[in-house]
Amino acid sequence: MIVLEVKGVTKRFGSLVAVRDVSLSVPKGELRAIIGPNGAGKTTFFNLISGMFPPSSGTILFDGRDVTALPAYRRVVMGMARTFQITEIFPELTVFENVRVATEVSNGLRLRSWISRAEKAQIYRMVGETLTLAGLDGKADRLVGELAHGDQRATEIATALALSPHLLLLDEPTAGMGDQETYEITQLIRKLHRDSNLTIVLIEHDMRVVFHLAERITVLDQGALLAEGTPKEIAANAAVQAAYLGKAA
Amino acid sequence: MLGAIWAALLLAPYWMPPLGGYTALGTRVLVLGLAAMSVNFLLGFTGVLSFGHAAYFGLGAYGAGLTLKFLAGSTPLSLLCGTLLGGLAGALLGALIVRRRGVYFAMVTIAFGQVFYYIAFQWSSLTGGDDGLRGFARQPLGFGSLSIDILGNETYFYYFVLICFALAVGLMAFVLSSPFGRTLIAIRENERRARFLGIPVERHIWIAFTLSCFFMGFAGALYALTNNFADPRGLHYSQSGDFVMMAVMGGMRTFWGPLLGATVFVVLQDYLSSVTVNWMSFVGLLFVLVVLFFPRGLLGFIRRGKAA
Repeated sequence: MIVLEVKGVTKRFGSLVAVRDVSLSVPKGELRAIIGPNGAGKTTFFNLISGMFPPSSGTILFDGRDVTALPAYRRVVMGMARTFQITEIFPELTVFENVRVATEVSNGLRLRSWISRAEKAQIYRMVGETLTLAGLDGKADRLVGELAHGDQRATEIATALALSPHLLLLDEPTAGMGDQETYEITQLIRKLHRDSNLTIVLIEHDMRVVFHLAERITVLDQGALLAEGTPKEIAANAAVQAAYLGKAA
Repeated sequence: MLGAIWAALLLAPYWMPPLGGYTALGTRVLVLGLAAMSVNFLLGFTGVLSFGHAAYFGLGAYGAGLTLKFLAGSTPLSLLCGTLLGGLAGALLGALIVRRRGVYFAMVTIAFGQVFYYIAFQWSSLTGGDDGLRGFARQPLGFGSLSIDILGNETYFYYFVLICFALAVGLMAFVLSSPFGRTLIAIRENERRARFLGIPVERHIWIAFTLSCFFMGFAGALYALTNNFADPRGLHYSQSGDFVMMAVMGGMRTFWGPLLGATVFVVLQDYLSSVTVNWMSFVGLLFVLVVLFFPRGLLGFIRRGKAA
């Protein structure tokens, strides 16, 4: 079953074509990496998938349903969660409160002005599970704004997980991290993918992370699709080497 | 702290006179404090600055006054009509402006507010125009054979307003501590993140705006009952500015801060206006000092001091 299908999507900003006729198909349970040099249109492509803005042309199908015109929040309700390149969290709330809001919203309580004792207990239990999964147990009561960068990233992933998504979009999850933090986040993503068979699409610059995690890789260059294949195929692809790996070396 | 606030409010008619105050001053503090807290429901807890909230305050006042003057001599009915007028106007206009943000939102709220100001100012036959709406008075409360004279007895009226205040503020606190209230704080903290948690941000801001306008209308209706008078200047954007000032001075990230801000404002106004006509420049100076040295407001500063 195909979870995410993008058909010929283009995004223009004035005369700039940020994404040009890109197609992509991600089956259920796959871990897909999107790579490409700076300015390749990766984040714009993510913003189109998640509904930050609509494409100039093309279609986006999520779970077989055309979501091209749906607002972002509706896609979230359907099970598409994302993180951002620059961490988007609630800095003046605690880790627990960050995850609780997400959990309450995804359990359909967002318009409720009261909460029963049983519901509250259920929410607290779910928040606890999410925090354990993200390795944030000991930091539940810390203000997120005061945490180390790696823990802020983990909090953002935890809020995304609290939405019980079946498609998780991660925009450079290891951006700005040291080796140890990068390792921990990589392990977390691997665990999520393996244990819950979650479909994950991630943008990543760190090639060690990409080749360690991804089952398939999509390469964008100057807004267009350059190549797609297994890590082995991509590593051997001459065009990719020229456009990307060659430059990096 | 909660206990101290309620104790001070409950006993105000007893401790205020020895300190040189009077009961009606306490009533003003409650009413304007409720208005400042309503503004802060949006400003401090949803992160949205409205600079035209006096419009809904004024509509509440005119709604209550017109009800008493032309409809029926019932205090509860006048409160209900005032609240509905302010709240429904807020719901309608809110729907038009929730897509704006920041400065644009503030400017549009001012513009809509001024529309109501000029209507009240020009429509003399109904509103009394520049002279304000006169010729009505709050009515004693009747419970069967028992009648409570909130018109003649300032202390009774103070307690009536205190009960109204407690109900409104209790409801506000209840909403803010609910799952819905937490979505508002999420929007305040990071609108983009809130949207990508699956919250339809505009719709939630609209609900918050509307609720805040209902509270505002209620405060305005109480204000008309307090003065037995409704003033077009109560709709003016400078009045909106006063409410925002009270909220910021008291501490907009705290629930009770705006009440403290209103207290300082009203007491200073009362004292200084008997000394000089330029009282507002002193209040303004204090505001600047608070913003410079206690950016979290007076209550925010007290809180932080305690925590340290």
